Amino acid sequence: MKISVQAEPFDLGVEMAGFGIGREDVGAVVSFTGIVRDDTGAMEALELEHYPGMTERAIAKIVGEAIERWKLADVIVIHRHGRLGVGEQIMMVATAARHRVAAFEAAEFLMDYLKSRAPFWKKEHGPEGTAWVAAKDEDEDALKRW
Amino acid sequence: MIDVLYFAWVRERIGLPRETVETQAATVADLVEELKAREPRYEAAFADLTALRVALDQDLAEFDASLEGVREVAFFPPMTGG
Repeated sequence: MKISVQAEPFDLGVEMAGFGIGREDVGAVVSFTGIVRDDTGAMEALELEHYPGMTERAIAKIVGEAIERWKLADVIVIHRHGRLGVGEQIMMVATAARHRVAAFEAAEFLMDYLKSRAPFWKKEHGPEGTAWVAAKDEDEDALKRW
Repeated sequence: MIDVLYFAWVRERIGLPRETVETQAATVADLVEELKAREPRYEAAFADLTALRVALDQDLAEFDASLEGVREVAFFPPMTGG
């Protein structure tokens, strides 16, 4: 298991090399990578603030729930903070499970919870200044399906 | 003595990331009332509690939660990770 909250970029290839491989209890590996998207065509950067200490604690709790519920063999969560450019990686999750459905579901569960329960706050930087990204009702609603 | 931390626009509105507060407040809501009474910038930051979240010793909590034994309180807007 790996949980990392970091400013530096990560290398998806390096992280996934060997993940879930060579063991008898894994039949499926899923990975998701979040990328900084520009919806307005004018975004210069995305800044992520977080709560050091609580961030790692909150992610560990969410990961623990996913491991328990989907009997995961392994998990990776990497989440970046600081100033990120458009097109850069923000975060990734990877899950290794016995079956495909469990690996996909657990990855979605992790994403839904990281969005609304891990203490990160996004701020968009553009030509007219900065603006905090508001949490969406649908992100909160997404938790209800779990 | 309790450490009070602010994040995102709450931090910007209040103008500092953390402070140590001398308080006898029994609950988070009581602490919020004490802070609001201090200065307009606190009043502005805490005007709408439905727009805020609170964590006690780094775990999410409710505004009616007790502060007994709590060392660190953090106020912030709903999270936008992922």
